[in-house]
Amino acid sequence: MPSLPVPTSEPMRSADLIAFNLKLIERQRLRSAMLLAAIAISVMAINLLTGIGEGGKQFVLAEFNLLGKNVLIMLPGKRETTGGIPPLTGETTRDLTLRDAEAIARLGNVSAVAPLIAGKMEISHDKLSREAFTIGSNRAFFDIRQLDVAQGKALPQLPLEQSQAVCVIGSKLRKELFGTKPALGQWLRAADSRFRVIGILKDKGQGLGFDMNEAIIVPVASAQALFNQAGLFRVFIELRSLDGLQKSQQRILALLKERHEGKEDVTIITQDSLLWAFENILNTLTLAVAGIAGISMLVAGLLIMNVSLIAVSQRTPEIGLLKALGCPARTVALIFLSEASIMALSGALLGILMSELLLYLARELYPTIPFTTPLWAQLGSALIATVTALLFAAIPARKAANMAPVDALLDKKAGQA
Amino acid sequence: MIELQQLCRSFQIGDQCVHALDHIDLKIESGAYLSVMGPSGSGKSTLLNMLGLLDTPSSGEYLLNQTATSPLSEEPRATLRREHIGFVFQSYHLIPRLTARENIELPLILAGMPPKQRRPLLDKVMTRLALSDRAAHAPKQLSGGQRQRVAIGRAIVMKPQLLLADEPTGNLDSTSGREVIELLEELNDEGITLLVVTHDQNIGERARRELKMIDGRIASDSAGNAVATRTDV
Ligand SMILES: Nc1ncnc2c1ncn2[C@@H]1O[C@H](COP(=O)(O)OP(=O)(O)OP(=O)(O)O)[C@@H](O)[C@H]1O
Ligand SMILES: [Mg+2]
Repeated sequence: MPSLPVPTSEPMRSADLIAFNLKLIERQRLRSAMLLAAIAISVMAINLLTGIGEGGKQFVLAEFNLLGKNVLIMLPGKRETTGGIPPLTGETTRDLTLRDAEAIARLGNVSAVAPLIAGKMEISHDKLSREAFTIGSNRAFFDIRQLDVAQGKALPQLPLEQSQAVCVIGSKLRKELFGTKPALGQWLRAADSRFRVIGILKDKGQGLGFDMNEAIIVPVASAQALFNQAGLFRVFIELRSLDGLQKSQQRILALLKERHEGKEDVTIITQDSLLWAFENILNTLTLAVAGIAGISMLVAGLLIMNVSLIAVSQRTPEIGLLKALGCPARTVALIFLSEASIMALSGALLGILMSELLLYLARELYPTIPFTTPLWAQLGSALIATVTALLFAAIPARKAANMAPVDALLDKKAGQA
Repeated sequence: MIELQQLCRSFQIGDQCVHALDHIDLKIESGAYLSVMGPSGSGKSTLLNMLGLLDTPSSGEYLLNQTATSPLSEEPRATLRREHIGFVFQSYHLIPRLTARENIELPLILAGMPPKQRRPLLDKVMTRLALSDRAAHAPKQLSGGQRQRVAIGRAIVMKPQLLLADEPTGNLDSTSGREVIELLEELNDEGITLLVVTHDQNIGERARRELKMIDGRIASDSAGNAVATRTDV
């Protein structure tokens, strides 16, 4: 008679485990679809919100990289810059004047100053006319904003108070007003004034909210006349070196205070302060993302647990059978856990695909903002989904694994007839 | 091969204690063919589950090939079931979402056997049970007799030494019931130890050894000497 050595048990092969679970999932389509949706939505929420946040951050960073770290932006009006984004528009307490700009330009560490007046204007050539973004500034504006001319030249070096009937236009505006005809040397009309086109800008994306391709740039004094407004909208100040940034900022503020009868009524924005403010917004957004994702994950997790608990009691005779066939407890647990992981991973994949699709549509709608979900967020969300699924499936899986074989098989509770 | 010593199994129901198995002594040789009969509630299924290592005794000992099984934990017991014991149930216990062939394949899958090794074993069992043309059918597309043949296929695919059948013909008409019993007897002829629980007198009498149970005790054993050897260990 052969003796019965206890053989070492091989674990179930993973391909078989997956096939076994897929048949189960396929059989319970509605239940599976519901679970899949819950997981997919929470993963999508994470990826979508991270994608939007990251896109916004990249957008702002790109904007400010264009400007350069050593450029300060001065706006009229005093604002608290702690918390929130500094105001980019707003009412003025006292005008910033061209004389203020000139005084700043004379300071030691200041290498260039570009005053700015801006607004929308009806611009026409012959019978064609367009509402265009009209900027009044000077030659330094081109250097500070890194604007290059494709044809002709930039605005000439002029004293700030001197107007001149010349303009530089964006490539899109040129196309709209002149089509294929040459534009250089032609005259444009804006309100009662006429400007000769002396340069055309190279194609360039948006900058600080203006599309330079649709803009027309005229000398600042001409723009003052055009808009009938003396006060400046902004002053860009370029520093010689970054070293004295803090000190230069204070000297500029002191100078303006002195010139404005002792009232500190301007705000200076640096790249750092803006980024910092934006970082604040991002952090709030991240918190919101975490909250939404957490709640939807919790819902998905509870759903998984509920569904698995129901499955365990529905499948009790099957669990009993598996045990009768010699399936060890950990394989029974593994069957339930792997079912949950398969659901979590496919749900996560679906969620990532959905968020990719939506972000693709967002990029189509807003081509200038680089909406993309970073890889870490995609992997992280899939990981979170899987861990949640496993955590919540652990209790039902344990319950199934620990059932006594005979009770499970007969589907009786222990101690009961 | 099998030896039960003063084995008891009792259930606590409220404050009442039911002795489903009451000090059973039993020896079964390898290759034996036993039938177990007796009134409802006499402990036949409990005995079968005990022999199949699905249940654990309240007291006493169960020796399987001279190895005491009561100290074993669930893990090695599961392995023993897998390698040495096959079960056939009255209600088949087939998994409805799996085909006939997949149901028979299940023990091999759970044992972690690679598909290449599974195929020849499966083909052999399918032919042996004349189920080849039903391979892709779901259980609900099969007749009762065919379902029980699938269940038997699943029970023997791992080539167990012991086959335990709890009322295998209980849900079948007499013709397919007889076919099933004949199939089990053929397997016994090939060397497998067979134990059949039944209510059917005709089926019970076919066995070489007949046990009759009443109130958790073996009331009669056609091989009377089996009960007498209780004292030697
Ligand atoms: N899990 C359990 N919990 C409580 N009592 C049980 C349990 N299993 C069996 N019993 C009791 O043990 C006794 C024997 O039951 P068993 O199922 O072995 O009888 P049986 O001989 O198979 O009967 P039948 O012919 O009706 O199948 C019965 O009194 C039954 O109520
Ligand atoms: Mg019974």
